[in-house]
Amino acid sequence: MNVPTIYVIGLSAILFALGVTGVLVRRNVIVIFMSIELMLNAANLAFIAFAREAGSMAGQVFVFFVIAVAAAEVAVGLALIVAIHRSRGTIDIDEISSLHG
Amino acid sequence: MTPTPDLIIFVLLAALAIASAAMTLASRQAVYSALFLVFNFLVIAVLFLLLHAPFIALIQITVYAGAIMVLFLFVIMLMGLQRLDTESKLKWQAPSAVLLALILVGTLVYAFVREPGAAAALLPPLQSGFGSPAQVGEVLFNQYLVPFEITSVLLLVAMVGAIFLSTFKRKSSE
Repeated sequence: MNVPTIYVIGLSAILFALGVTGVLVRRNVIVIFMSIELMLNAANLAFIAFAREAGSMAGQVFVFFVIAVAAAEVAVGLALIVAIHRSRGTIDIDEISSLHG
Repeated sequence: MTPTPDLIIFVLLAALAIASAAMTLASRQAVYSALFLVFNFLVIAVLFLLLHAPFIALIQITVYAGAIMVLFLFVIMLMGLQRLDTESKLKWQAPSAVLLALILVGTLVYAFVREPGAAAALLPPLQSGFGSPAQVGEVLFNQYLVPFEITSVLLLVAMVGAIFLSTFKRKSSE
């Protein structure tokens, strides 16, 4: 595929902003977590697009690391969500506000 | 610029990616959100494939669309977390969040467009085998060996942490 890199970066920016919107709008912790994955993926897309333009493998190796870190993050994050659900009985962020002033 | 076949394919894939990402946010059920996100990951994997990153595309499908999303679906279905969002007490939050996201898109696109050389139409040709598993492995184990080892330690720590967090409650209640 030979399209200008700027188009792919534009798509990456739109997907990233959609992820940000998800984090801000939704109140189900699981959906917020999925929006974070969406943002990580948008960043990966930008990495791959720049790797294609520069003809360098470094961008692709960075995506490899990002995916590994995302896997670790999901394992710990979902364990935290399960623990919160067990102790509080809810995962709605409006109701998990014990630090509220 | 006349629409080349490459451009048409890209626009179709971009539309699919944006639509599935939007549906991830708009679905009221967490299970539907997860399935739309799987679809989004598959579309991005196809884009990776077209951008000469076949190994990363397959990693994306096996690790992201496979392992990570199966973990999500397991948690949603086993814990019964698929209930609806409650009505928020902050009425102004959703519209202002959308407005801020639009400003973010505008700023990001502007920042990239004003970069010199951004409008370069055609990309340089690549040497054969670019992005193949052999090349990724060569760069990974020569230039990025230390980050690779640190990543393996990170995965071990995450594994121990996840096991600890999911068994902690049971032990303390005994």
